[in-house]
Amino acid sequence: MSSSAGSHKPADPPAAQKQRERPWIMRTYAGHSTAAKSNELYRTNLQKGQTGLSVAFDLPTQTGYDPDHLLSRGEVGKVGVPVSHIGDMRALFAGLPLDQMNTSMTINATAPWLLALYIAVAEEQGVDKKLLQGTTQNDLVKEYLSRGTYIFPPAASLKLTADIIAYTVNEVPKWNPTNVCSYHLQEAGATPVQELAYALSTAIAVLDALKTGGQVPAAEIPKVVGRISFFVNAGIRFIEETCKMRAFTALWDRITKERYGVQDETLRRFRYGVQVNSLGLTEPQPENNILRIVLEMLGVTLSKDARARALQLPAWNEALGLPRPWDQQWSLRAQQILAFESDLLEYEDIFEGSVVIEAQVRKMVDAAYREIQDIEARGGVIEAVESGYLKQRLVESNAARIRAIESGQQVVVGVNKYTETAECPLTKDLDGAILTVDPEAEQAAIAAIKKWRAGRDDAAARAALAKLRAAVEQGKNIMPPSIEAAKAGVTTGEWAAALRDVIGEYRAPTGVSGARLDQGGAAVSGKETVEALRARIAGLAKTLGRRPKMLVGKPGLDGHSNGAEQIALKARDVGFEVVYEGIRVTPEQIVASAIEEGVHVIGISILSGSHMELVPQIVEQLRQKGLGHVPVVVGGIIPESDARALEAKGVARVYTPKDFLLNNIMSDLVELVAKSAGAHAAA
Amino acid sequence: MPPREAEPAVKLAAGVAAGDKVAVAAALNLVEDRRAQTRNAVDALLCALRTLRPPGYGHRVGLTGPPGVGKSTLTAALAREYRARSLRVGVLAVDPSSLRSGGALLGDRARMAFDPQDEGLFVRSLATAGDAGGLAYAANAGVAVLATAYDRVLVETTGVGQTETDVEHVVDTVCLVIQPGSGDVLQFIKAGIMEIPDVIVVNKGDHGRLAQRAASDLQGALDRLRQAGLGGEQSAWTLPVLVTSARDRTGIDALADALQAHLASRTPSERAEKRSRGAVAWAVSLLSRQHGEHALDLLGGAQAVRAQATDALARGATPIGAAASLSERYLAALRAG
Repeated sequence: MSSSAGSHKPADPPAAQKQRERPWIMRTYAGHSTAAKSNELYRTNLQKGQTGLSVAFDLPTQTGYDPDHLLSRGEVGKVGVPVSHIGDMRALFAGLPLDQMNTSMTINATAPWLLALYIAVAEEQGVDKKLLQGTTQNDLVKEYLSRGTYIFPPAASLKLTADIIAYTVNEVPKWNPTNVCSYHLQEAGATPVQELAYALSTAIAVLDALKTGGQVPAAEIPKVVGRISFFVNAGIRFIEETCKMRAFTALWDRITKERYGVQDETLRRFRYGVQVNSLGLTEPQPENNILRIVLEMLGVTLSKDARARALQLPAWNEALGLPRPWDQQWSLRAQQILAFESDLLEYEDIFEGSVVIEAQVRKMVDAAYREIQDIEARGGVIEAVESGYLKQRLVESNAARIRAIESGQQVVVGVNKYTETAECPLTKDLDGAILTVDPEAEQAAIAAIKKWRAGRDDAAARAALAKLRAAVEQGKNIMPPSIEAAKAGVTTGEWAAALRDVIGEYRAPTGVSGARLDQGGAAVSGKETVEALRARIAGLAKTLGRRPKMLVGKPGLDGHSNGAEQIALKARDVGFEVVYEGIRVTPEQIVASAIEEGVHVIGISILSGSHMELVPQIVEQLRQKGLGHVPVVVGGIIPESDARALEAKGVARVYTPKDFLLNNIMSDLVELVAKSAGAHAAA
Repeated sequence: MPPREAEPAVKLAAGVAAGDKVAVAAALNLVEDRRAQTRNAVDALLCALRTLRPPGYGHRVGLTGPPGVGKSTLTAALAREYRARSLRVGVLAVDPSSLRSGGALLGDRARMAFDPQDEGLFVRSLATAGDAGGLAYAANAGVAVLATAYDRVLVETTGVGQTETDVEHVVDTVCLVIQPGSGDVLQFIKAGIMEIPDVIVVNKGDHGRLAQRAASDLQGALDRLRQAGLGGEQSAWTLPVLVTSARDRTGIDALADALQAHLASRTPSERAEKRSRGAVAWAVSLLSRQHGEHALDLLGGAQAVRAQATDALARGATPIGAAASLSERYLAALRAG
């Protein structure tokens, strides 16, 4: 593009007449309470100019349990919408013609089932499944490493992922059957190079499985490659993120050409969607988050050659609790302003020819390629998950990131610098500044699922389940019998139970046992140093007769284990004996472990919003078992008023994202143990 | 038994024998307590415990091997197999990894999905970080507690250095766990550690041919050793090599059978003899932990100390009591010397 120097008017035709690029698909990750409520929300969002849907499912749906299952307690309708059968899916898309929607479903272990329900509803609407457009996330590797909603062992999960791809490539050809995710790797602490390498290694594992599994004829592999898409994170370092996206594009082009022999350039294109970073959003001065979100959006939109196909932005108040419709609207408006008011979409790639960007991209490409080869040498991504290698690397990276924030080396405005603030009018009424889920929703869902089971043709459901089971046993593609089961009224819990029964369940390595902490860098601030804490704990060990022991528990279905892992690591580092059980344990299991392990303090981590249901159960059961003297602390996204309520019920301390100095938490723990041991001995 | 401690000890021991988890946990908390003032209470507890079960009761199995071979998953699978056979199981997961801080991360529970309502399964993690006595000091008393409450006790420990030989003194049957293609076996044969295991398991049988080949290579090496007269102690027991997959839950029933067969291959007096040797080793390790190797020298060398400990145990002392009297003798010798 040329422009004459010195002119103050645009040299080219006015913007309105100019050829503009088509903008990305704009979505908001949404869903809560019930299918009907979520349907209402989707309709409103579409009216506001959103161009795609992004369905958030609740944790029972994501992990394959019906609302009346023991593990579903407190989780129904919390982080998303419960979809237990075709009736729920029907209600979710009532009045939304599926041939006109572009629907992204964040669903993984139960992806074949939710896609089956979606296809079944489309057929009811009279829509040809060949017209369906959208995405199933369907990437289990990052579930083992970060997000935690896996069910089955890695190899079996890879087979299910491959089933969806093999089925959709011909039957639902416009569907993106898998979204290989680097998003959650960044949330788990991955550096940009790790993000690139681990995500691309995952894509390689999926494609290799399809190639060697014989599910797709060799001639169709290029077509399959063309359907693989990615889901990426964008953090605040938006120049680096721009480079990362260009590196992704370059690496994918090379891998698909060299490894899979894809000749058609369009099939080698790196297609990706984005949710910008939620991890960096702060609880103090939360209004600043909207500015972070906007900068993060730039990282994945500025470079035309590496621009996102679909974009969803978090809301400014996510570190406080669930966002309200207005909060989500604010984020959508940010996208619309960038796409329609600014001149971004009028230009070719603005980084073309930039020596600085090109050098940075090259550096990332080289480092990531070496890492990809290293993972390959370790037997591939699945082996590196099972051995715990990848998880351990992420835990280490995340510990380094947290340490940088603690020490002030990494500035977070409003958190570790510039913390003074005038009163924020947006959060004046703190409880009104977030959405609360109707507490009756869970009971209603339990009643509804019982009614559904009673009202359906049970013989037909049973027959469909038997067929599904047989298909799993014989290693056949899971999709056709799943669609039949969807039509026969089978429930999410029943579908998953049949698979659990044949395939078995998996518990992934926690990555904490072998993780090393880098002690280098600037000193960490806080009430006490690590050395001082170690000395106090050594003294406490003498008084107690044995080393203080801590149980770190993660109740409920929420799999975001980063916080629990970092607390466990830090506690070990200062001298606690730490028992960490991994994710998805029940209050009963936590209490049993506390008894059997003889612990002195219990730390509970919950991010799904089920704290008011689960934590009081733990405290009460401890009391019943005679362990009422063992202090319980809780960490998570916990609104202020809930924190006070939990303390009233006997919780010793509540920590939220603003408590980012781990040493201070450790100081509290030491004090609590000393106090409770003293009181207990005196009693 | 010191009378002051007798009454609460009897009560606690009765709770342990009844399988009350709160009592079992309290007993474990007590035996882990290192304070001098609790030693009498621990001694009293051990005294009370041994009156509640006949000498050869139950079966104590050690699972050892290098890191990363899947011991935790295998231990969990074996525990489940025992539960399916209506046997009550206590698991002691020993973690010898240590940090300068003394802290430890006990991650074993993460691999054991278990039913919290199951009164017949109890899992305890134990860190032996920084303890010169290693496994012997911490695990012996724990095993004594668990063996009173449960029919089967599984002691899982990572084989780093000394622990393979230590675990032998704590259990009736040692199961060495390795994985295919690791080359560990050659190391064990070279180090003479092949004397220790009673059962060898090649885990990760899901690696297919690789696992089968590792097992047959190992079997071949053992046969050659035996022919050369180097195959460990002479007995009716032939060291079996099994292939399991803890992940796919295959070969676990055969493992339980092999462990049972090893137990059955010993006469009651052989079993009692092995446990006595373990008790002696425990007493000696307590002594050397308290006073160092010098105590052994001053009391006439390791063999003489073992003889004295055997003597004290035969007269009814617990290993803690035996260690206490050895300690007194050492201090007297020190004063005299």
